Amino acid sequence: MKMVAELGAALLNWLESVGRAGIFLIQSVFRLPVRPKESLNLLVKQLYSVGVLSLVIVVVSGAFIGMVLALQGYSILAKFGSEEAVGQLLALALLRELGPVVTALLFAGRAGSSLTAEIGLMKATEQLSSFEMMGVDPLRRVIAPRFIAGVICLPLLSLIFSATGIIGGLIVSVNWLGVHDGAFWSLMQQSVYFDTDILNGFIKAVFFSVAVTWIAVYQGYECVPTSEGIGKATTRTVVLGSLAILALDFVLTAAMFGDF
Amino acid sequence: MRSKRIELFVGAFIVVGIMAFVYLAVQVSGLAFSDKKDTYQIVARFDDIGGLSNRAKVTIAGVNIGSVESITLDKDLYMGLVTMNIDSDVDNIPTDSSIAILTSGLLGEKYLGLSIGADDEMLTDGGEIFDTQSALVLETLISQFLFKAGDSE
Repeated sequence: MKMVAELGAALLNWLESVGRAGIFLIQSVFRLPVRPKESLNLLVKQLYSVGVLSLVIVVVSGAFIGMVLALQGYSILAKFGSEEAVGQLLALALLRELGPVVTALLFAGRAGSSLTAEIGLMKATEQLSSFEMMGVDPLRRVIAPRFIAGVICLPLLSLIFSATGIIGGLIVSVNWLGVHDGAFWSLMQQSVYFDTDILNGFIKAVFFSVAVTWIAVYQGYECVPTSEGIGKATTRTVVLGSLAILALDFVLTAAMFGDF
Repeated sequence: MRSKRIELFVGAFIVVGIMAFVYLAVQVSGLAFSDKKDTYQIVARFDDIGGLSNRAKVTIAGVNIGSVESITLDKDLYMGLVTMNIDSDVDNIPTDSSIAILTSGLLGEKYLGLSIGADDEMLTDGGEIFDTQSALVLETLISQFLFKAGDSE
């Protein structure tokens, strides 16, 4: 009997936190800014710390993943004498799956954790409550620019990831392994479609960006304002964010590419 | 001063992101912006479309002149009805031309190849090619070969 009650309480708690997160998002984002110029400045600052500073890790890992894909693909395709198809493999794998998913995972680790830690520390040092004392809505001033910056940055980063991955794969397969570059491009262009591959990958990245940044800012805002609490919240951002990405990816893939 | 630098970096980041998008669109998917060419539709009925898919190429002498729009079943004749879009500047396909489902390479994609006929009348929008050659199905080929081998003994 007691177990049933506990289970119910856990479910209710969980539902309550989901509801809180939803209201939190609506309150912070779907409101017109009071001073547009100043909010734009805040947004640009966040775009810098969330997007520009994540650029290096995204470019480097994109290039290496493209190179590894090309190497692995080449070693298997060469057995069938169709090593030109490595371009096709590279582009489809990167655009449909690896680009959005790996970028989102990197983003959760690089930007999401720092968002949580930053907001959590603001809460612990009572900056958030002093904003409130000054009559400034912390949701609008602190949360909204961070959330919007995350949603703008992740899709752009995922595009950059895919592009550098393809260039990395091109260098390995064409310049080092000697795949004919005309066949490399023509097979790639034959099999990659703008709407089904590039746009669908982009849409995936948009979904991931909302999920990851939402989790990150919410965990920061709701964390226990102690050093231990901030640490836990940061870990939870990365774990929950990564799980959300992988689960969402399955659902989106089934919806986009499920009809054969 | 510092805020100006940040703005510069953010601007560069967004430009790089958009450039990556354009690069993927143009170079990787081969999207041409003048792709919305005028086309006209013709149809053909096949006994067996054997793995032909939407957007497959339609070629004359190996040159791409259009693509498959849709593949449906003709319920009265039990044949595969293939509708294709042909570029409107290729407007001189004789009505008695024949069309075959071909394969690029040994295991490659299926595509349609037009062989030009000799009629003076040309196909127009909604026209139909009657002389069709179905896809080669490996199982049928093998069974024919086996039957022949059995006969000669």
